[in-house]
Amino acid sequence: MAETQPGYHWPHRHLLGLEDLSAQDIRFLLTTALGFDGVSTRSVKKVPALRGRVVVNLFFEDSTRTRASFNLAASRLSADVLEMAGKGSSVSKGETLIDTARNIEAMGVDVIVCRHHHSGAAAHLARSVDCSVINAGDGQHEHPTQGLLDILTIAKRTGRTDSFDFSGLTVAIVGDITHSRVARSNVYGLIKLGAHVILVGPPTLLPGAFTDIGCELSNSLDDVLPRVDVVNMLRIQFERLTSQAFPSVREYSTRFGLNAQRLSRAKPDLLVMHPGPMNRGVEIDSVVADGPNSAILQQVANGLSVRMAALFLVSGAPV
Amino acid sequence: MRVLADGDRFSELIDSLCVGISDTIASPGHPQASGGQTPESSPKDAPCGGWALVGVRSRGDVLAQRIAERLSAERFEGRIGTLDITLYRDDLSEIGPQPVVRTTEIDFPIDGLNVVLIDDVLMTGRSIRAALQSLMDLGRPRRVWLGVLVDRGGRELPIAPDFVGLDLTEGADEALAPGAKVQVMVTPTDERDAVVVFDEGEREGVERG
Repeated sequence: MAETQPGYHWPHRHLLGLEDLSAQDIRFLLTTALGFDGVSTRSVKKVPALRGRVVVNLFFEDSTRTRASFNLAASRLSADVLEMAGKGSSVSKGETLIDTARNIEAMGVDVIVCRHHHSGAAAHLARSVDCSVINAGDGQHEHPTQGLLDILTIAKRTGRTDSFDFSGLTVAIVGDITHSRVARSNVYGLIKLGAHVILVGPPTLLPGAFTDIGCELSNSLDDVLPRVDVVNMLRIQFERLTSQAFPSVREYSTRFGLNAQRLSRAKPDLLVMHPGPMNRGVEIDSVVADGPNSAILQQVANGLSVRMAALFLVSGAPV
Repeated sequence: MRVLADGDRFSELIDSLCVGISDTIASPGHPQASGGQTPESSPKDAPCGGWALVGVRSRGDVLAQRIAERLSAERFEGRIGTLDITLYRDDLSEIGPQPVVRTTEIDFPIDGLNVVLIDDVLMTGRSIRAALQSLMDLGRPRRVWLGVLVDRGGRELPIAPDFVGLDLTEGADEALAPGAKVQVMVTPTDERDAVVVFDEGEREGVERG
């Protein structure tokens, strides 16, 4: 187990992105998540840690996995959970995000879990309310709990949960980097823990600025694949793409899709991840997604522990 | 800081805990298993379940290990688990940073087991309450005993130990002043084995994990 420095306490009331966290914060949160793993496997899948607290899921975008995962995580901590959606609420009557949030807060809420289509929405919310805010995805900015669960999955599969030290590990993130909040959160977290990160995608979807924080960029998955330990295949977000930037689905799939033939040229113990939901046959083939290299379902399981840790830690942070 | 027990005295405290535990386990009416038992009726197969030592982090787990070693020298068989009670503490909702959550490691079903909970110092009884709740969430043990290296007195809940190494409660030979604070140090977590007392107002010099 990673040793925490004496006197260290989790300092953040909000979890808005991995860019704001130190390596020590990330290691502490992931170590805490390991402590929550057992809760999901025993007969009573509940601990009383957040008894009497209220968590609100405020989602302005579609979500299955993240929303369900946060709901279950809060329930397993014995918090009460309130589900709110953008559609079918006052927001569609013209209420602003902040007004909605303040009204919810007035009901005595402790944590707001927010997903919104605008980058920076969660930070805006955090400045406007007194309760804790957890970012569950804001536009093209960050999706911190996804980044953390990906990192936890890598640590478990590569035997690095003692130290969460990723030096010597090479991780490729493949896809539409420009529009991906999952990629951003992964990059910030992985670099802070010492990993080498290669971003792979078509030139139009690969922002050059990432080299400033130490990422390597590549337009060829075939060149990169033999020397990476982990590959994270991003979902092609057809809903965010403009036709000019994106090649045809067939061209993308041919050059950047992970299929059995490509996998045969990679390291035999290559770890394959995908944040879901998958476009089978586009960015990843079924034989790979369902094969022994895949950690996709473990990612989902780890998401629960990471979200329990996030809810637990922000709830106890100093005001 | 005063040292109440270290070296041989510390070993004696653990021995006296072990004697109490092994007497109870071997006594008629309890299903287990003193030295003369045949292999066919090992505790694992006994209808009432075997027995287990469960240590409460972060000193009770090491003590449970120590006790198990002594008991196994007398050919006792039992399982050992570790309980992290952080998530069950009753002071979590008070303002303050969250404590470090560690893992509970009980990799056997506790339903029907005879469990001896082991902790280092018993004072208010609140951590034992948390430990009991945590244990019940893992299953339904047949019976639970409590063994502590030091009973310091000062209970705030109706909880009493079954086995005590060192009695410092009111009326005992070495009774403590109410403000004094007892700490147990145990290798390898700490540098040495000792029971120490910090008198009221004295700064605690030992970093607790």
